[in-house]
Amino acid sequence: MEDVERVIRDDATGRSGSAPSDGGPEATRENARTTAHRTASAGREAPVRPVGLGITGWARWFWRTLTSMRTALILLFLFALGSIPGSIWPQRGVSDAKVAQYFDDDPRLAEWLDRLWLFDVFKAPWFAAIYLLLFLSLIGCVLPRAAAHLRELRRKPPAAPRNLSRLPQHAFFDGELTVEEAAARLRRMRFRVTTGPGWVSAEKGYLRETGNLLFHIALLGLLVAVGAGALYGYRGNVLVVEGEGFANTVAAYDRYMPGQQVSAESLEPFSFTVDDFQATYIAKGERRGQALDFEARLKVTDAPGRPERDYALKVNEPLEVNGTQTYLIDHGYAPMFKITDGGGQVAFERPVPCLVVQPATFTSECVIKVPDAQPEQLGILVAFLPTTVPMNGEWVSIFPGAANPTAQVYGAFAGDLGLRNGRPQSVYELDPASLKKMRPLVMKADPLAVGKKLDLPGGAGSIEFTGVKEWIALQIAYDPGRVPAFVSAALAVAGLVLSLTVRRRRVWVRVGPAGAAGRAPDAPDAPDTANATDVTGAAEGAGGSGRGHVEVGGLTRTEGGDFGEEFAEIVSALKPGVNDAR
Amino acid sequence: MPVEVDAGLATLSDQLTLAAVLLYVVAMVCYALDLGFGRVKGTDGKSEAVRPEEVLVAAGGGAAGAGVAVAPSAPPAPPGHDAAPAGRAPGAWATRAATVAVALTWLGWAVNLGALLTRGWAVGRWPWGNMYEFVVAMCFAAVSAFLYLQLRHGSRFLGAFVTVAAALGLGFAVRYLYVQAGPVVPALNSYWVAIHVTAAIAASGLFIAAGAAGVLYLVRKDGAVRLPSRPDLDRVAHRAIVIAFPIWTFAVIAGSLWADKAWGRYWGWDPKEVWAFITWIAYAAYLHARATAGFKGRAAMIVQLIAFACLMFNLVGVNIFLGGLHSYAEVPG
Ligand code: HEM
Repeated sequence: MEDVERVIRDDATGRSGSAPSDGGPEATRENARTTAHRTASAGREAPVRPVGLGITGWARWFWRTLTSMRTALILLFLFALGSIPGSIWPQRGVSDAKVAQYFDDDPRLAEWLDRLWLFDVFKAPWFAAIYLLLFLSLIGCVLPRAAAHLRELRRKPPAAPRNLSRLPQHAFFDGELTVEEAAARLRRMRFRVTTGPGWVSAEKGYLRETGNLLFHIALLGLLVAVGAGALYGYRGNVLVVEGEGFANTVAAYDRYMPGQQVSAESLEPFSFTVDDFQATYIAKGERRGQALDFEARLKVTDAPGRPERDYALKVNEPLEVNGTQTYLIDHGYAPMFKITDGGGQVAFERPVPCLVVQPATFTSECVIKVPDAQPEQLGILVAFLPTTVPMNGEWVSIFPGAANPTAQVYGAFAGDLGLRNGRPQSVYELDPASLKKMRPLVMKADPLAVGKKLDLPGGAGSIEFTGVKEWIALQIAYDPGRVPAFVSAALAVAGLVLSLTVRRRRVWVRVGPAGAAGRAPDAPDAPDTANATDVTGAAEGAGGSGRGHVEVGGLTRTEGGDFGEEFAEIVSALKPGVNDAR
Repeated sequence: MPVEVDAGLATLSDQLTLAAVLLYVVAMVCYALDLGFGRVKGTDGKSEAVRPEEVLVAAGGGAAGAGVAVAPSAPPAPPGHDAAPAGRAPGAWATRAATVAVALTWLGWAVNLGALLTRGWAVGRWPWGNMYEFVVAMCFAAVSAFLYLQLRHGSRFLGAFVTVAAALGLGFAVRYLYVQAGPVVPALNSYWVAIHVTAAIAASGLFIAAGAAGVLYLVRKDGAVRLPSRPDLDRVAHRAIVIAFPIWTFAVIAGSLWADKAWGRYWGWDPKEVWAFITWIAYAAYLHARATAGFKGRAAMIVQLIAFACLMFNLVGVNIFLGGLHSYAEVPG
């Protein structure tokens, strides 16, 4: 460990030093790990705190600490740790109902959780702090490394060390090989090559570092894209019943969530009507009732004045209009009712979207509010059973498809619905406070088949079940960051593959006169970084012709894999006679 | 999509799964015999030192040139590596146990593959549409990963641990997760299953192999024991993760592309997404740890195992404890 560290330091100083040309200590660094270690070493030096250095000293210290590998590691951990609460507590915008449930069940606890942003983990300041620091660290890490890599790309491979036999890979043979020929063959193997008197130095695998930088830069790009998408995009939900339509304006949404930079005018002006919705279910067997397919048939107008087109909207196939996507995310039943009031007038006639209470059988609950009924307003609770059968004196649904649909009025109330007191009410429930003051008319009637009518007692009118429609819930989303995010992600994967598969390797060839074999390696000992640094700038033998002695040495600067095999191939490719035949 | 299920094929698939469990168990016993009584020589897992014969052959085979010699001058193998309890000649039967173990693993692998294929044919779709199928596929992937590492890096020593994990996984799936063959819900009826889930399974298989190496690394004591050496384990784990990490990255991205198609957003911090992300970060942390001077070795291994725990929690725990949009959760009962 000590040894490695010393090498790292030497390396780091060598880089900032003035003479970058020689092989330097890295040449024999057995465990050499590219520039990564430089960054790592910067991190190691960083914690030496400046004493009385003033603001700049501290700023520099802070920056070096922040951009060290160790800090990056810790921040990565914090990032992961910080997102765990987001999977434990329900998040606003993902499952609002569950958040509300927390507030109902235990308001004090919920308030505390909320104070710590645990229902908005991914928008919390502390979460933002982690990822901003991480990405600052990333920038601080990537920029210098990119600069260093660019410099390195232009630099020649380092000269051959004096003693090739100390390298992890080493071979020698007798044969005729000129420096030029060795260089040419190495170039043919796509090495970057420089030559000196009697030696050739070659390196390849620069793509590793390029890939690594690409990966880290792509991560930055991803963050920017996601951020831009959140600022300039919007999302909204809307429920549409068969036969009805939707036009993409803010007012048409049930719920609209714009980014900060979105204006109402920027919404893509398309519209559509829902002609029909079809859900297919398994009818028999153990999986009876499981959904097989959903399809909504739409008539889409891409922009005002443009011709209508048909579109089959399915679960994994959103409708796209100019980058704005429309998704089918939910569906349910909307039975139609015609309600006649005490005065004989039709006070209500339309489909009522019902909430599903039992997804397996699509048993649903519907709430009908009839504010126009005379002499008193009516509030009616209905259970909708798509496939009704009697069971133990009750009526239940046994299948999600509408094979035998009935509507069972289990509560009809007359009185003030409380709509005028100014408080917003959900369309899916009767306001409990008002309900207490209303007069019950019917409790739990027998189910009505389609076309059947239930008379309300006391001349309050009647309710007729006239038919069944379905509703679909749509999510409409515009996210300009999508495509850039995916491009960044793809680049990240490409960079990652390069950085994890390519190896950086160096090969040196030394050509000497015959008889120099005396330098054949004796028992190789562990590479000694300190001794092998002197570089033979002046070759001892003139690289010439004649039957000579060739020594080859090589090392990888990244661990993993067997360089041995490749090295052996390189050696055999260098041997005279092999490629001469061509 | 055909709704009909070929009952015969489905039953065959179930039987093949059981057969695979048996084969893995027997293979595991053979590996254990090999580990316990076989040679402890380091050549089992290729050491850093390139074996001399190998280089000589490779280099010498190149040309007619005389006087060819290649001297690998690698550092001596790390201590504990070659520390065979010298002089103890392994019984021939122990050597045979190793061969039998590998053969049985291949057989189990083929049978496991057969179980997957027949299930897929029976239902006319990709056979990873619910937890049961998913776990069966993951065991297959783990054994595949092991066999690959075994071929490429000679890491036979992992055999006992990977086969026992596969046998337990399959057994668990058959006992607790089994659902009859059938079609999937519409959300899963997409070609993205082929891309996203396949990548996730492949990466998980490799991560499992790496996890086995990691556990061994930590339980193994220093000194001469019969277990493979720390550097060997470290190298195998790293190799597996280096392959698995980009695949996992790809799986996560493919998942977000699918989410973009299915749910109208590519990233929504759904529990499954959160944990896939955490897993990804944790493995990235492992790779960083290995590149950071003070974290190499044991510390990096611990990070790796934390990442592995996150992976397992995501694959199983999230479905059971946290729920969310991912309808994989079709866990019976
Ligand atoms: C979002 C956060 C990050 C992720 C997901 C990430 C991921 C990765 C991955 C997968 C590698 C490849 C490791 C290998 O080659 O074995 C890597 C390498 C590296 N990363 Fe990061 N990284 C992140 C942030 C950072 C930051 C902030 C720094 C700066 C301090 C940094 C510095 C490095 C360095 C120096 C390497 C090269 C290590 C080597 O060659 O082995 N990374 N990173």
